Amino acid sequence: MSRFTSILLAATALVAVAGCAKKRPPVLPPAPVDSGAMDQGNTGQNGSANGAIVPGSDADFQRSVQSNTVNFALDMYDIDSTARAILDSQAQWLARFPNVRITIEGHADERGTREYNLALGDRRANATKNYLAAKGVPSQRMTTISYGKERPLRVGSDDQSWAENRRAVTVVLN
Amino acid sequence: MRMNRFSLIAALSGLALAAPAFAQEAAPSPLDPQATAPADPAAGQGSAPLEVSVTGGISAPMPIAIPAMPTAAVVSTAAGSTDVLGRQLADIVNNDLRNSGLFTPLAASQLRPVAFPEVTAPGFDYWGGTGAQALVQGFVRANGDGNLTVGCYLYDVFSKVELTRQGFVVAPSDWRRAGHKCADMVYTRLTGEGAYFDSRVVYVSETGPKARRIKRLAIMDQDGANHRFLTNGQSIVLTPRFAPNQQSIVYMSYVNDKPAIYVYDIGSGKQRLVVANASLTFAPRFSPDGRSILFSMAQAGNTDVYRVSSQGGAPQRLTNSPGIDTGGSYSPDGSKIVFESDRSGGQQIYVMNADGSNQQRISFGGGRYATPVWSPRGDLIAFTKLGGGFRIGIMSPSGGGEKLLTDDWQDEGPSWSPNGRVINFYRSGRGGAGKADLWSVDLTGVNERKIPTPLDGSDPAWGPLRP
Repeated sequence: MSRFTSILLAATALVAVAGCAKKRPPVLPPAPVDSGAMDQGNTGQNGSANGAIVPGSDADFQRSVQSNTVNFALDMYDIDSTARAILDSQAQWLARFPNVRITIEGHADERGTREYNLALGDRRANATKNYLAAKGVPSQRMTTISYGKERPLRVGSDDQSWAENRRAVTVVLN
Repeated sequence: MRMNRFSLIAALSGLALAAPAFAQEAAPSPLDPQATAPADPAAGQGSAPLEVSVTGGISAPMPIAIPAMPTAAVVSTAAGSTDVLGRQLADIVNNDLRNSGLFTPLAASQLRPVAFPEVTAPGFDYWGGTGAQALVQGFVRANGDGNLTVGCYLYDVFSKVELTRQGFVVAPSDWRRAGHKCADMVYTRLTGEGAYFDSRVVYVSETGPKARRIKRLAIMDQDGANHRFLTNGQSIVLTPRFAPNQQSIVYMSYVNDKPAIYVYDIGSGKQRLVVANASLTFAPRFSPDGRSILFSMAQAGNTDVYRVSSQGGAPQRLTNSPGIDTGGSYSPDGSKIVFESDRSGGQQIYVMNADGSNQQRISFGGGRYATPVWSPRGDLIAFTKLGGGFRIGIMSPSGGGEKLLTDDWQDEGPSWSPNGRVINFYRSGRGGAGKADLWSVDLTGVNERKIPTPLDGSDPAWGPLRP
């Protein structure tokens, strides 16, 4: 794990804790630490440790590829031509760093019910993964996760916000 | 702690009261429900049955008097002093009955204090003068062992007869349950419906910005009291549901970035993973006998409904369509499962046998249908209807009789009260400032009300009636 990434994760953990309410119930399931993967995916942080972006990092990925995000039509999960171009650029970068692993997050907009949206997010993540695999990225380098409608990128309730929320985000793990 | 219910006749035989021999009085025979013409109120027994009509819509709510419950001796207890408890218990009964939409309790200004001997010898003339048709009186007593005894009596004011009585022995920490049991006694006797006030709701408490909600499991009594958080908000938690024995909750969590379902033991606070080695499991529900957990699992972009023993083990696949199949809910006899599937092109409601056979679509009303939940009475399925807004609706298990109960921007995720009469759901608001809150509505579509929670809320699940 690069030094830059360690610092980013520590900062993320502090933010996650600070965001919690002060009162803690006495009996809890095992408390996790939120990983930094989700934040890196959406916020486009530069986050370089001392001005230099480490090659093969998520920051390097985001500045190198057309986008780390592909979008989908309402209730759909097919990869359209815009998405194909984006994923082609992702596949090229991934070919340059054969040891890098990625997670693909699938998301849905709020105009769907909660459980169905978890499944729809999974469809989108999988469709993205399948396209990258067809472009030569080995499956064992890729995992998928769905956040349904739990982590919108935009909080508006309008067509433009919803369109941006229907997405699959490729996140480079370290 | 288990409630002890027993005949008040036995319990009160040791008390010295001004009106003797109530212990020996036979309870009056129940009023004949076949009685036709309402008789002159002065005629006493044999006049029209005192009941609230609940079929086909709510008739005018019944005026009912619920004065503070006196105590023979003011004693300090772990739950407070018995005279204060008597007022608070009456408040619980007042609120439960009023919030059902079927009763109009008298305002405080019309209630007068009731002396202890009057509990079994009501001042019917006074109460009749207030317009109340029914009267609830009770008492509170501190037992020598630290427990409390709460007596609850229901009277027909016009006929001047006692309709029923019950007594409850409770630990001080459970004192509110005596109030709910009393309200349930009154409610069931006067409506003929099942009880539901002595129950709890588990849900997801929400706070924080819309892009990053902090979600915590929380549990509370159905009236909002005794609220406590079960998780600390560090991981997204979704869709909690009670086990039938109410000792645990099954829910979905993103702990360690692995979305999976867990059974959380309420008493110990420990939890265990239900299905190991799965990449995405969600939408869990217990079977009515508690032995199985239905859930959805996504594999390679396809989601199907599975069941697994609640003790863990190998999942049994129940659906196998290329569509998204999710949201399973058992019929109360455990023989069938209702679920949603988009195999026909959009989300619709299907019913199948509990072993996965004979999957039949039941929703044909035009539009899309999701989140089906079978009523504990077995007679109805509640759902979210999509198209324009999201609305809560009900239909019969064969798909007929569809009725929409709400009409707001985004209502979803219905859950039934234990008597199959009231539905909890959550309502979301638009835009970045939009929040989610818990609401309830009667199955006839009336009495829509917001459920008070300390923060915002979603994914409510109503638990069974507590024994």
